[in-house]
Amino acid sequence: MSDKSMTVEEVVGQLRSGMTLGIGGWGSRRKPMALVRALLRSEITDLTVVSYGGPDVGLLAAAGRIRRLVAPFATLDSIALEPHFRAAREGAAFALTEYDEAMFMWGLHAAANRLPFLPVRAGLGSDVMRVNPELRTVTSPYGDGEELVAVPALRMDAALVHLNRADRLGNAQYLGPDPYFDDLFCEAADAAYVSCEQLVETAELAKAGPPQSLLVSRHSVTGVVETPNGAHFTSCVPDHGRDEAFQKLYAGTPWPEFSARFLSGASERDYQLAVRAWHEEQQ
Amino acid sequence: MTATTATRAEYCVIACAEAWRGDGEVLASPMGLIPSFGARLAKRTFSPDLLLTDGEAMLVGLDGTVEGWLPYRRHLTMVTGGRRHVMMGASQIDRFGNQNISCIGDWERPARQLLGVRGAPVNTLNNPVSYWIPKHSTRVFVERVDMVSGVGHDRAAQAGVTRFHRLPRVVSDLGVLDFAGPGRTMRLASLHPGVTVEEVRAATGFELALPDEVPYTREPTGHELRLIREVIDPQGLRDREVRG
Repeated sequence: MSDKSMTVEEVVGQLRSGMTLGIGGWGSRRKPMALVRALLRSEITDLTVVSYGGPDVGLLAAAGRIRRLVAPFATLDSIALEPHFRAAREGAAFALTEYDEAMFMWGLHAAANRLPFLPVRAGLGSDVMRVNPELRTVTSPYGDGEELVAVPALRMDAALVHLNRADRLGNAQYLGPDPYFDDLFCEAADAAYVSCEQLVETAELAKAGPPQSLLVSRHSVTGVVETPNGAHFTSCVPDHGRDEAFQKLYAGTPWPEFSARFLSGASERDYQLAVRAWHEEQQ
Repeated sequence: MTATTATRAEYCVIACAEAWRGDGEVLASPMGLIPSFGARLAKRTFSPDLLLTDGEAMLVGLDGTVEGWLPYRRHLTMVTGGRRHVMMGASQIDRFGNQNISCIGDWERPARQLLGVRGAPVNTLNNPVSYWIPKHSTRVFVERVDMVSGVGHDRAAQAGVTRFHRLPRVVSDLGVLDFAGPGRTMRLASLHPGVTVEEVRAATGFELALPDEVPYTREPTGHELRLIREVIDPQGLRDREVRG
């Protein structure tokens, strides 16, 4: 069986401008931030980003890498509004496919199941239909005859997710309370890259948590990379919580200044060192 | 009746709690501080079967005891299964209960981008949706919302999606509103004591339906007041969300 472990640079090396990219997690929770930061160090741009949006969307928007965003929201959770998403929208910097949360989920399910669409009771009556004029409806073929929205499959070229543990084969495990939709993102994408807090031997996985914590299986994974603290500053419990102080800094600092101080280094290690230095200054 | 000592914020907690009366064994999903105090008050008193979450993925009892698992994917099934009554916020809401949390201004290039529609569309078509407006004003209660996120009565009827559509009430810092007005429009159902009809009308950007006599929001019982003050919100956070 093949060893799929790689570096963040190798992951980004397999991505291209113009791709449709799914990003796992939810809001400011368990986002593959180390992979997003690696994207920012590359020249890759013109992306269609599919995400339950958090600072992943914020960073890529601030850096001007998004051509189209497919999302039901973008938020930092403890800070309601994502500042760079907001600025980008107010400047019409990218196109938006604004879906409801459930529509988005069924779009992932459709893609993972190789279905063209799935019906969902959501969207009708709302302006989601107005701003997405390509959306179509289906009528139940059974006695009820209900009209439902046919959410198109959210198929992606590549998915990026971050989990707590993974082995070199691509099996990955979440140890927090919520799987989010990371398994679906991997199954909905032609290639999926998993970053993890810790790369372990396969035998360690079943010891670390119950069977149902083994969320992502290797058949749906292309590459695995160990990125300790790689979800920073989003939460990745139980390994680390959200770095609220740093998130506040991110939200309150003009992008050029934030980017120069934390994102101008040559590596993820440079970022982590810059964050540590900032925290030491705060003490 | 004896003179009350309840504050405006405490009437708001009572009015929110009342939203979940008679709901039985469903998830109470309060968005915001005062709704969450209201949900806890309802569960401690007249709606003991309500389910609550810890704000993450666990179903918990009042003392925090974990009784179940509710990650987002199951939460969304709770919504579409209808076993849930949410109290959402609204950046804008109109007389039919169309709600906006997405953006202000033209959607193509908004003057102010807010959250996005989030789950408002699926919520309003599937499980009861009430609203909490901490500051009743003409900025929130508007003639037309800029981006319909939560679906109101007129749009639900036009789109033929009334099957599970239900908007029980809107609670604001001034009073309680329902949709018993003509054509299922917003009606002033009760005033919080100390508020006048004129104040509510002045703070509402459309013509509100009014009953012949507007009742006051009910008084909290002594037991309820004690629960709010000593058990549910001993730090008095409620007074920061609603003053007076």
